[in-house]
Amino acid sequence: MQFISDNSDLLWSAFLTTLSLAVLSGLVALVLGTVLAAMRVSPVLPLRGLATFFVETFRNTPLTVVFFFLVFGIVQLDLQFPSRFTAAVAALGLYTAAFVCEAVRSGINAVPPGQAEAARALGLGFGQTLTTVVLPQAFRTVVPPLGNVWIALAKNTSIAAGFATTELTAALQRLTNSNGNQILLVFAVIVLAYLVITLPSAWAIRVIERKVAIIR
Amino acid sequence: MRLTSRPARYAAAFAAFGVVLTGCSSEAGNQASEQEADSSASVNTEASFEAGTTMAELNEAGTITIGTKYDQPGFGLLNPDGTPEGFDVEIAKIVAGELGIAPEDITWTETVSANREPFIQNGQVDLVVATYTINDTRKQSVDFAGPYYVAGQDIMVAAGNPEGIEGPDDLAGKTVCSVEGSTPAQNIRDNYPQANLVTYDVYSKCADDLTNGNVQAVTTDNVILTGLVAGNPDGFELVGNPFTEEPYGIGLALGDTEFRDFVNDVLEDSFEDGRWAEAWDRTAGAITGEDAPEPPTVDRY
Repeated sequence: MQFISDNSDLLWSAFLTTLSLAVLSGLVALVLGTVLAAMRVSPVLPLRGLATFFVETFRNTPLTVVFFFLVFGIVQLDLQFPSRFTAAVAALGLYTAAFVCEAVRSGINAVPPGQAEAARALGLGFGQTLTTVVLPQAFRTVVPPLGNVWIALAKNTSIAAGFATTELTAALQRLTNSNGNQILLVFAVIVLAYLVITLPSAWAIRVIERKVAIIR
Repeated sequence: MRLTSRPARYAAAFAAFGVVLTGCSSEAGNQASEQEADSSASVNTEASFEAGTTMAELNEAGTITIGTKYDQPGFGLLNPDGTPEGFDVEIAKIVAGELGIAPEDITWTETVSANREPFIQNGQVDLVVATYTINDTRKQSVDFAGPYYVAGQDIMVAAGNPEGIEGPDDLAGKTVCSVEGSTPAQNIRDNYPQANLVTYDVYSKCADDLTNGNVQAVTTDNVILTGLVAGNPDGFELVGNPFTEEPYGIGLALGDTEFRDFVNDVLEDSFEDGRWAEAWDRTAGAITGEDAPEPPTVDRY
């Protein structure tokens, strides 16, 4: 157990990096994904086309390739992220937004059409109908799939290890090299750190799901 | 009539297929024997060992499992035909040859930095020859024969050295790239904390970042950097001022002193009779273009 106290700084900062990567890119994905879902159900054809293009591009590209493009590819276009951490947040956020969009869209489709028709009959526009009537109901039904997306995102942060972000998986690589005699213990500690993030998330998702469930 | 003709047709098809197959395999065989011809490792067919030793067991079995790296040009790099080549591989062949085992009877296993100790401890490999730096932490889990080569940490910069980096002290305030979990990266963290270290999972990404200008230097063992410079001589150059000593040893099971002494004897013999230098010239030396260095002194700790 000696190596845990010797490397407590590294483990703690790696844990915080993983957590902040997941939370920040999760927020980016949630906002962007909701906007994309709204675009995909909007009556404006160019918006629908743009959102569909975005979703199909990022949903069907491996995450590692997205990372590679944002870290090494855009340099060719004379663009650059201020730090490798922001590049990682962007890659994870853009990639996950595609999945959030599809989850939210399925929620929108689950809201009975009568709700939107009633809103229109009351004189609400598209934006008002969406934000005050449809989306609040849609989000309630998509808590479980969004929870899935969140847990997948928390684990996908490990890809950042290969792109100069010292998160938990990078710490795993460093510690297995310097503690070759205790590799199983190193694995156990890193797995535990991931579980500290994902298990409470799973529990929170269940609680939220029960709280907001629509009884039909 | 039908009953006989159909099997006949199948038989003919099989026969034709067989001709194609033998054609392929004999060709492959020719290539393999050509490669053996220029290998320096001679097989000592008269080798005999005291019963009960690891050497006797391996000699009896006629085969040995050796772990090496598959991604290190000049030391251990996997060929498209599935066999590794490089300086580590040649050293391993010399040791196996002295055990009476021919190169084609060696079972190669890829060992990466993270699995070398477990593979030795669990007996999945008999020897590890894989740019394996001898250090005190590792000596607690495995025994080392050698060293058979002493590398040193060096710095690679963009061609023309625009930042004027001459040594590790010049890295202060600069961004330097290495691989996560490697000994050179840890050395920078511990001894040159003013350098801004970024770590990827492979050195090729460091080279990309040096090309892009995202980092000003790449640091690791000089032999690895030499391979990168050889891949892009117009873009990169080596500072050529090694600032650490990384003695590469042959890893084997902890406590097997007889086996370790045997491997050390083989290494010393190869230093003296020129097989060591010849192996260097054909592998790592062919990349660097430099003559074989002085062999190191074996450390029988």
